[in-house]
Amino acid sequence: MSDIERHTIAVLVDNEPGILARVVGLFSGRGYNIASLTVAEVDSANSLSRITIVTEGTPMIIEQIKAQLSRLVPVRVVHDLTEEGSTVERELVLLKMAGTGEKRIESLRLADIFRARVVDSTIESFVFEVTGSAEKLDAFINLMKPLGLVEVSRTGVVAISRGAAAI
Amino acid sequence: MTANQMNGAEMVIKALGDQGVDVVFGYPGGAVLPIYDALFMQNRLRHILVRQEGGAVHAAEGYARSTGKVGVVLVTSGPGATNAVTGLTDALMDSIPLVCLTGQVPTHLIGNDAFQEADTTGITRPCTKHNYLVKDVNDLARVLHEAFYVARSGRPGPVVVDLPKDVLFAIGTYLAPEQVEPRKSYRPKTDPDPARIAEAVDLIINAKRPLFYGGGGIINSGPDACKLFGELVEMTNYPCTLTLMGLGALPASDKRYLGLVGMHGTYESNMAMHGCDVMINVGARFDDRVTGRVSAFSPNSKKIHIDIDSSSINKNVRIDVPVIGDAGKVLEALISALKAKRFSPDKTALSKWWKQLDEWRKRDSLHFDQAGPIIKPQYAIERLYQLTKDRETYITTEVGQHQMWAAQLYKFEKPNRWMTSGGLGTMGYGLPAAMGVQIAHPDALVVDIAGEASILMNIQEMSTICQYRLPVKIFIVNNQYMGMVRQWQELLHGGRYSESYSESLPDFVKLAEAFGASGLRASKPEELDDVIKQMLAIPGPVIVDVAVDQKENCFPMIPSGAAHNEMILGPSDKQSGGSVSEEGMVLV
Repeated sequence: MSDIERHTIAVLVDNEPGILARVVGLFSGRGYNIASLTVAEVDSANSLSRITIVTEGTPMIIEQIKAQLSRLVPVRVVHDLTEEGSTVERELVLLKMAGTGEKRIESLRLADIFRARVVDSTIESFVFEVTGSAEKLDAFINLMKPLGLVEVSRTGVVAISRGAAAI
Repeated sequence: MTANQMNGAEMVIKALGDQGVDVVFGYPGGAVLPIYDALFMQNRLRHILVRQEGGAVHAAEGYARSTGKVGVVLVTSGPGATNAVTGLTDALMDSIPLVCLTGQVPTHLIGNDAFQEADTTGITRPCTKHNYLVKDVNDLARVLHEAFYVARSGRPGPVVVDLPKDVLFAIGTYLAPEQVEPRKSYRPKTDPDPARIAEAVDLIINAKRPLFYGGGGIINSGPDACKLFGELVEMTNYPCTLTLMGLGALPASDKRYLGLVGMHGTYESNMAMHGCDVMINVGARFDDRVTGRVSAFSPNSKKIHIDIDSSSINKNVRIDVPVIGDAGKVLEALISALKAKRFSPDKTALSKWWKQLDEWRKRDSLHFDQAGPIIKPQYAIERLYQLTKDRETYITTEVGQHQMWAAQLYKFEKPNRWMTSGGLGTMGYGLPAAMGVQIAHPDALVVDIAGEASILMNIQEMSTICQYRLPVKIFIVNNQYMGMVRQWQELLHGGRYSESYSESLPDFVKLAEAFGASGLRASKPEELDDVIKQMLAIPGPVIVDVAVDQKENCFPMIPSGAAHNEMILGPSDKQSGGSVSEEGMVLV
């Protein structure tokens, strides 16, 4: 369908047992799509966690997702960052490269262009750390594939709105 | 020990008392024994011992629906909790406020596959409004008070509180309800946005072919909301239809009432839904049983949707003016805004609309012929209605054809008199629900209109009914078939009646007697009135077995996947309106 949109939604929740299951269960139970989901406590004094969900759907489905999330008892606020204006979205990836020789040198050269950092190295391996938009990480991963990429670990997207306004 | 120090089990009893609970429906077991011990030592709170936990939940639903209060259930861990799941789901679908206390194995055994352990919060997460696992006795009072608040506020629903056995034995500090701060994340919005009220009023004033479409939200909001609804319908003189959940929100005798809407609704209701230009939905949710094929649903109307739950808006049907708020408060705001504008309806347009509606009414879509020696099921319900309508009567039903005939033919003048499983369609609901209603209204007449298949799903509760001497009347419309299944097999599956005939039914008269109740039977039309009168004269519980026409189908009917103007009106009408489309075949 042509009217499928991709939205990044930030959800502030009371950090209590089962909250992630509630959110994930809502998505699977109602057949919504999760492209990416990240969660961590952001305010320990008030015991608040922030869940960032990237989802896809028609405008009617996106509206439903937000309404259904708001309805959960432990959910404080739901913000559709995509709808509310310009956002910064970032993801972090760790890549493990194995190999020696020319490919190893080439991967280091490309890593430099992508501002990837080497966070672990042995004679025959590297671990790169890269942050950026999901697209940048996709591009970097694709470049690394023929150069000895053996393992990828991604965090999923975190996002925040630009400007002074806060949730 | 100071007065507010006590063990968890005592805290449960105290919290229920402070929440105004007078009756609990339950079944004991290992994990909840401390609560049963605390129950034993007091006599304020009444406990009704059911015969299976599923019965307890439906009984609490019946209690809640007929009183507007929160129904309370107490069951043990493991199978006690899993047996409660159907009732919880039922309450969630129909927005019924319940608090269900479940026992749990002690905290140190959770996750060990202990005896009678189940992941109750995990299992009930999708079928409750909210649930809790209490791991610290000092959280218990707060959680219990919050559970009641969550269950009854906003869009009501079931809440589970899972109680590990060691927490019930542990000593902690009790907090009274007023000492508990409401949580910041849960603040249901009940007051409507004035801007939306203005938009709605604008549409209402300028409507040429208006229609009120009222649902269970009005009843949940309370008797005052129902009064306001009646007031609004009267001041506008606009026609009104009600959903299965909404029956009684407007007196059925009101001349503006068109009858039930939806799959088995009246011709005039469904044609009005299809043909209106402004639809005012008050507390209904555009359920698929109401809308039929969504793409053909009320194609030319502007839609106002009043709902306390914002997730109901635009879920199935595109809304023009959403009004989020409590039905009573919204109706109050609408009425005062209309009065402020010195509203008077467009008389010319309205009289034209009423002329059309009256034409549709003349089709008399609920007509049936009681001819011949066999009792028509509609006739049985019609006679029951005629002979009980002047009493303080509460009706519950099971699920199937008898339920739809009851909804069509039993006329409700007041809210909270009609208890039926609408959203989930739970066979076996009616008997335990009637039990709960009778507990709440000991002097009222409570009738479970049942089918012979449904009634067997929770027949064990006859034992409860007899134990507590509840004078519930069970009126079985017996056609020896799962009638609605048979009807669909006839209409959609070439008359192949796969597994829908009930062999070896019990003798319901003897069955009643075996439980200690009275049993009556009617097999001929001329016996019916006498049997109903006898039923009413017997002071205790009665099962009435009415042998009805096995082949009768429930009409009118909007076939699956059809539009409102494609109704089948009767057996001879199959070709005129809806044959079932291929798309419709896959729908439920």
